[in-house]
Amino acid sequence: MSDHDSSHDHDHDHDHDHDHDHDHDHPHAPITADEKPGYYDVMETAVRELLVERKLFGADEIRRQIEVLDSRTPALGAKVVARAWTDPDFKSRLLANGRSGCEEMGITFYDDTQLIVLENTPDVHNLIVCTLCSCYPRPVLGLPPDWYKLKPYRARAVYEPRAVLEEFGTHIPDDVEIRVSDSTAVIRYLVLPMRPKGTEALSEQQLADLVTRDAMIGVIPVSYLKEAA
Amino acid sequence: MEATPQLIDSVVPALGELPVFFVGDAVNILTRSPIGHYRMPTYLRGKSGTIEKVIGTKAVDNEEEGYGRNAGSKGHYYRVAIPMTQIWPDYIGSPNDGLRIEIFENWLERASHV
Repeated sequence: MSDHDSSHDHDHDHDHDHDHDHDHDHPHAPITADEKPGYYDVMETAVRELLVERKLFGADEIRRQIEVLDSRTPALGAKVVARAWTDPDFKSRLLANGRSGCEEMGITFYDDTQLIVLENTPDVHNLIVCTLCSCYPRPVLGLPPDWYKLKPYRARAVYEPRAVLEEFGTHIPDDVEIRVSDSTAVIRYLVLPMRPKGTEALSEQQLADLVTRDAMIGVIPVSYLKEAA
Repeated sequence: MEATPQLIDSVVPALGELPVFFVGDAVNILTRSPIGHYRMPTYLRGKSGTIEKVIGTKAVDNEEEGYGRNAGSKGHYYRVAIPMTQIWPDYIGSPNDGLRIEIFENWLERASHV
């Protein structure tokens, strides 16, 4: 999506020349404090200090929760997908109850959400969005990408999903049904992409390595040829 | 939904304890406009759909929870299927394309005809 830079929830419009090259999937404070904190930074600090002062939670709990979030990445979801591709019994349990399926693999649901796993088939393509905010299966995928949180994706995914998918390079034929799931309440979704052809000989871990975050949101398929090239 | 097991019909469930809608039921989404925290997007209010799944775990009513009132407000969520062409008359795509969303019980009413 082209609107990538218009509204980060962290402040990176400053122009100093540090050249870190990690991608910005996770919000964090600037490495150097060379700017005054913004309105919401000040508000967050004030609220946090008040809550700590009143002993509603402590610094250790904040640090622990950051560790929890840091441990959740798309690699977890990819392992779930690869297990479903290789173990039909696990797949049927996962489709019946996404949360307990993930819990079998040790993935806890710290935010007490439920999970529905949506299987892509030759007849049905699933796409996930949260039109109200940025609901996302964080326990299995970590933090959402910036474009997922921005209004253009949130508005257009439910209005013109096929045009949005084309912009991601994904063409869905007209005889394939598109199902857009709007996750606004207590349910989160994970797309189970189709297993690409030619991967019969791959191990579960090799399969997991093919599965990307965007494929589990439903904006692209999992591809194998590109990896092999 | 799994096949319903044989039930003992002398058991009286509490009000609101069991789901009101079942898979396949036709429903209308209400058009009310609550103040405060809600989770029913405006673009779907007044639309009609079909119950695709009853969410097994009951959850608190977000509109009550937004004011810190959680006691006694648990209810069922339903996964509702709505055709895209019903939401957007000018929808471009297959007529089979659809939207799915989980809706809290107090936003749904039974449609008069199936």
